[in-house]
Amino acid sequence: MTVHGTPFDPVTLWIVIIGMAVGSFALRFVFIGLVGSRAMPQWVLLHLRYTAVAMIPALVTPLVIWPSATGGEPDLPRMSAAAVTLVVGLWTKNVLAGIAAGAATLYLLLWLLV
Amino acid sequence: MPSATSKSYFWKAVRESFPFIFVAGPFGLLFGVLGAEAGLNLVEVMTFSVTVFAGAAQFTALQLLREEAPTLIILASALAVNLRVAMYSASLTPYLGGAPLWQRAFAAYFTVDQSYSLSIVQFEKEPEMTLPQRMAYFFGSNGLIAPLWYVATLVGALVGARIPEAWALDFALPIAFLAMIGPMLRTPAHVVAMLVAIVTAILAVGVPYNLGLLVAGIAGMMAGAQAELWLTRRGLMT
Repeated sequence: MTVHGTPFDPVTLWIVIIGMAVGSFALRFVFIGLVGSRAMPQWVLLHLRYTAVAMIPALVTPLVIWPSATGGEPDLPRMSAAAVTLVVGLWTKNVLAGIAAGAATLYLLLWLLV
Repeated sequence: MPSATSKSYFWKAVRESFPFIFVAGPFGLLFGVLGAEAGLNLVEVMTFSVTVFAGAAQFTALQLLREEAPTLIILASALAVNLRVAMYSASLTPYLGGAPLWQRAFAAYFTVDQSYSLSIVQFEKEPEMTLPQRMAYFFGSNGLIAPLWYVATLVGALVGARIPEAWALDFALPIAFLAMIGPMLRTPAHVVAMLVAIVTAILAVGVPYNLGLLVAGIAGMMAGAQAELWLTRRGLMT
C-alpha cells in the first residue's frame, strides 16, 4: 500500500489536532455558552428550524453522487442504496428501517454487479 | 420528584439513541482504521477522536493531511465541515440556554448530529419539559453513543489492518444520514429546504475548501424559512 507507514510531520499533525479541538469546541460553545438564556430574534429562530433538514442533505448529496470509494465515479449500487434509504425513511418514518433497507440494497447490488 | 423524572428522560434518550449505534460504531472504527493506516499512532488517533469529537470533520482533516495540504487550509476546511454544529448550538440555545455554565460547556462538547437530531425532535414534541429534564435527555442521547465512539476508534486503531473493501463502510455515513431525513420532512417548508440544499450542493461542488456545504446549507435554510413565511401567509401552515 502506498500510504501505509508514512507518518506526517508530528508538529503539523499536533497543530491540526489541537486547532481542531479548540475550534470545534468554540463553534459549539459560541451560542449555547455565550448567548445563554437571552432571547434570540425571531428571524434567527425561523432559519434555525431548517438547519438540520438543509445541512444534512447538503453534506450527503456529494457523497452519494461522487463517492470517494469509487474515486468520485457515480456508482449504481450506492445511488440505488441512497434512494431506497430515503424513500423507506420517508414512508416508514423509521430511521432503522431506512438504514436496513439501504444497507441491504447496497450489498445486494454490489454482490450482483461484481 | 423532579430528579427521578430527569433520570427517566436520560434513559429514554439512551434508548432512542440505539439506531445511532450503527453510525457511531462503524464510523469510530473506520476513523481508527484510516488513522492507523495513515501512520498515526494510538495516542494521536485517540486524542483526535476524544478532543475533536466530530466524525465528518475528522475524516476531512485526515484526508487533507494525507494530501499534504497547508495546515491552515486543513483547519479551515475541517472546521467549515463542522460549522453546522454552531447552528445546532444556536438551535438548542432556546431550550438549554438557561442551564448553569458548566453544564452548557459539557453540552457544547457533546453537540453532534446524533444528540442534536434526537433532542430537537424531543424538545419540540414536549414543550412542557423542564430545563433539568431537557439537559438529562440531551446528555442521555450521548450516554451510549459517546463511549461507543471512543471504544470503536480504539478498536479500529488497534486492529489497524484494513477492513475489507467489500464491506463498503465508506457508505455507512450517507445511509445513516439519509435515513434521518425522511422523519424530518414534517411540513412542505422542510421539503423545500431539503430540495434547495440538494440542488445547491450539486451546483456548488466545485467551490473550494468544502465551502459548498455551507453555501448549500444556508441556501436550504433560507428557502425553508421563506417557504414557511409564504405558506403561513396563505394559511396553509400554522
